[in-house]
Amino acid sequence: MVRGFFYVLNSMATELNEKAQILDPQAIQRAVTRIAHEIVERNNGTEHLVLIGLRSRGVDLARRIAKELMLIAGAEPPVGALDVTLYRDDLDKVGPQPVVRKTDIPFSINEKQVVLVDDVLYTGRTIRAALDGLVDLGRPRLIQLAVLVDRGHRELPIRADYVGKNVPTSRQEQIQVLLTEEDGEDKVVIMEQ
Amino acid sequence: MGLAHKDLLSIRELTSDEIRLILDTAESMKEVARRDIKKVPALRGKTMINLFYESSTRTRTSFEIAGKWLSADVINVSASVSSVTKGESLKDTGLTLQAMHPDIVVIRHPAAGAAQFLAGRLTASVINAGDGAHEHPSQALLDLFTIREKAGRLEGLKAAIIGDIAHSRVARSNIHGMHRMGIEVRVAGPRTMLPRFIERLGVEVFTNLDRAIADVDIIMMLRLQTERQQAGLFPSLREYSRLFGLTAERLKAARPDVLIMHPGPMNRGVEIAPDVADGPYSLILNQVENGLAVRMALLYLFAGSGQTG
Repeated sequence: MVRGFFYVLNSMATELNEKAQILDPQAIQRAVTRIAHEIVERNNGTEHLVLIGLRSRGVDLARRIAKELMLIAGAEPPVGALDVTLYRDDLDKVGPQPVVRKTDIPFSINEKQVVLVDDVLYTGRTIRAALDGLVDLGRPRLIQLAVLVDRGHRELPIRADYVGKNVPTSRQEQIQVLLTEEDGEDKVVIMEQ
Repeated sequence: MGLAHKDLLSIRELTSDEIRLILDTAESMKEVARRDIKKVPALRGKTMINLFYESSTRTRTSFEIAGKWLSADVINVSASVSSVTKGESLKDTGLTLQAMHPDIVVIRHPAAGAAQFLAGRLTASVINAGDGAHEHPSQALLDLFTIREKAGRLEGLKAAIIGDIAHSRVARSNIHGMHRMGIEVRVAGPRTMLPRFIERLGVEVFTNLDRAIADVDIIMMLRLQTERQQAGLFPSLREYSRLFGLTAERLKAARPDVLIMHPGPMNRGVEIAPDVADGPYSLILNQVENGLAVRMALLYLFAGSGQTG
């Protein structure tokens, strides 16, 4: 709630307007389905597969992908939630400490094929933090990355294995992913000042 | 969000939203504390000094482990082996520490107000780990965390704090913290150990244990602080124990699902009987475990609020 207050302050400082809608509900659904198919194909099934979503919309996307995997392969892989706040590389710079939410991975990731799921891939720093967080929890056999939107501007040598949509953006723009679970509707929009 | 304070000196300065933020953060920290690899890099490069002028097992160890699990560099200074024994004043000790640029200083001191005195002189965040009979905020926060974890809520509960209220910083911090979170508080103890005007804190006052513990959700027993007693507050340990010690027999007056707490260290057989302390409704060891998570949360939240000197 208090963080919400802070977000309000931020958005007042930089007035943002919707520039364009990139994905509508059907497009999001198709992207999720396609990613699920690609995951099955690349990993020869879902036997050792686990999905780990990054808080908070990555977790919702991971759950949706898991449901699709159930339809495709007949088994729903376990889904966990990872919060990377304690691994961020900018804790010294962001002013008040960001809210830490709970990491909830109620299964072992040792020797598993882990698919990390996030909504937007941008600088790659969140994924760097997530990789550090994951290896503290165990030693997966491999880690892959699935994102709904890749907007470019990488600052680290990181790339996604599964991408819903590539969207060229400028650094002044913001990508907003809205999902029914959190926001009451499904859409992805570009916001600009 | 962060906290609107550089220091944590008393629980009274926290709003209910801030307390909730601390408890929620502690819940996330508890997951870290239960991992095989208990270490996250959040406070890498931060320095934390534990400055203890009084003996302590759980509070000092708890702050030290919490700091280490968050990757801070932790230095322990005990008065008994420091320049304090050579007569250095708290002010000079503070200035000396300041010159070493710590980010967080955790202090325990026998004088009320010592933490505040230091806070005004240091750019680091100062966390009060107990100052005389004044406050012990991290204890009250871990008690609230433990209650919320067990009862599922705080608002609307009833708690009885029993024992030496006059000398107890744990009681004072808990009374303020519980009130802020909507818990009704009563206190009970021998009249000589109830401070005058205690009812002005908004608590109901009892001098009879059985009446005090009837129909409460939480019983918090306080340690009889034998090191702070002037002679004559009670006739004998045995009498104190007979009138205000919590035994299985006395517990029959309370609700069957009552939660039993004690900040430790316990005087077994004085204020609490061993079979009660080790019984099914005793949260004493939960309190210790949760203390770690709450102190991790405090260090994390306050590390962002001070300025490195």
